[in-house]
Amino acid sequence: MPVANYPSDLRYHPDHDWARVDGDVATFGVTWYAQEQLGEVVFFDPPPVGTQVSKGRPYAELESVKAVSDVVAPLSGEILEVNEALSDSPEAVNQDPYGEGWFVKVRLSDPVEVDSLLDADAYEGSLQGAGQ
Amino acid sequence: MNRVPDASQLATTPLRDRHEAEGAKLVPFAGWLMPLQYTGIRDEHVAVRRGAGMFDVSHMGVVETSGRDAEAFLQRVLTNDVARMVEGTAQYSLLCREDGGVLDDVFTYRLEADRFLTITNAANHGKDLAWIGHHAEGFAVEVRDRISDFAMLAVQGPRARGLVGEMTDEPLPARFHVAERRVAGVSDVLVCGTGYTGEDGVELLVAPEDAGTLWDALRQGGARPVGLGARDTLRLEACFHLYGNELMETRGPIEAGLGWCCKEETDFIGSRAVRAMRETGPRERLIPFAMTDGRIARPGNPVVGGGEVTSGTLSPCLGVGIGMAYVGSARGIPGTPIEIDVRGRTRAAEVRTKPLYPKETPTCP
Repeated sequence: MPVANYPSDLRYHPDHDWARVDGDVATFGVTWYAQEQLGEVVFFDPPPVGTQVSKGRPYAELESVKAVSDVVAPLSGEILEVNEALSDSPEAVNQDPYGEGWFVKVRLSDPVEVDSLLDADAYEGSLQGAGQ
Repeated sequence: MNRVPDASQLATTPLRDRHEAEGAKLVPFAGWLMPLQYTGIRDEHVAVRRGAGMFDVSHMGVVETSGRDAEAFLQRVLTNDVARMVEGTAQYSLLCREDGGVLDDVFTYRLEADRFLTITNAANHGKDLAWIGHHAEGFAVEVRDRISDFAMLAVQGPRARGLVGEMTDEPLPARFHVAERRVAGVSDVLVCGTGYTGEDGVELLVAPEDAGTLWDALRQGGARPVGLGARDTLRLEACFHLYGNELMETRGPIEAGLGWCCKEETDFIGSRAVRAMRETGPRERLIPFAMTDGRIARPGNPVVGGGEVTSGTLSPCLGVGIGMAYVGSARGIPGTPIEIDVRGRTRAAEVRTKPLYPKETPTCP
């Protein structure tokens, strides 16, 4: 995905994570900006299903050729499913960060937290200060 | 994620517009705005191993030393034997403090009997200039900062020489030689048979206003632009040192495995300390390693039982994590298993021989 884009149906955490919320279940991933900053992703280390994650706290590691980065949970809850396909094709995080490159599905423990996340416009606005 | 500082504070090379036209990701590096990558680190890395890549390395410093005492003076400041360099040759060397701590690693070109160019690391250029200038007292030499007079392009890979050779009328200087040539219609290009990728190739020093012409001709000839990201993975596969990672003022040449470019008999600054370290043997040694259980160790990761990783990345050619680390001298033997604490998880690795990627058995995918 060569051009920056931030789908309007997602909610965003300022640490460059997105959440696709469907009732009390949400899918997490990282934004186009995050994968662009990190470069070619070579490993994604998800925690096991059943792990509790907390909004704003790291829950996984994402590693590129040049660096390793913590992935922060945009919302709190329990991991229901992890994207196992990323162990064989981590490049999906670069190629399709909002689709094939998703990380985990989480049952939200506090769905009200969603209100504190940014919409696409606000998130994109927050990137202006980052030189984008 | 790093916030990008104000780009207007950074120095730019004369090739900035070329990088932008190629879609480069530009990042701050040692006070310069430099291309990190164009198409991707692995892709660019493989392009250099299989064909030819070109790097804008105009951020590197250039110091000219000339005058009657130029050789004697550099013999004092540089660790290698400058007197062994005949006109038109190049030499890798170090600048050391009195206590043997490494100030910088440099390439020096002897252009004439009493005129030398020394290429410094961008981050060390100011420090080196001050050091060299300070020690020039008492010698009949002139030390000049020539960084603004040159752009520098490295063309590297098995096809690099052929590609540049087609743009010149005369044969290119051999490895570790230097000569002035007309390249792609640009006169007075200093062609150096050097590089830092583990591949054959040349480095070109050219007037800044001619850099774009040269870049365009090389691009036309089939050289792929390569950024600092792949420059790092290439030099690490070749086990070449990077100042700030493997080399620093608190470590000496012997522990860094650079005793071969220190000639104590020349009485260089720091020679006494280097000789003492060579005789007693260092407590720790720099070793190349490869991970044996997947994943990648990174700079700063502790080696279990003592030591520290200085560089670590994914080797695009070998497909595994590789790196260099300082470990206790007794554990420096190739084949020795070591463990590295990678963010709290113990990962297995093995001490290897240099270079990590051997050019003799090319297997780069």
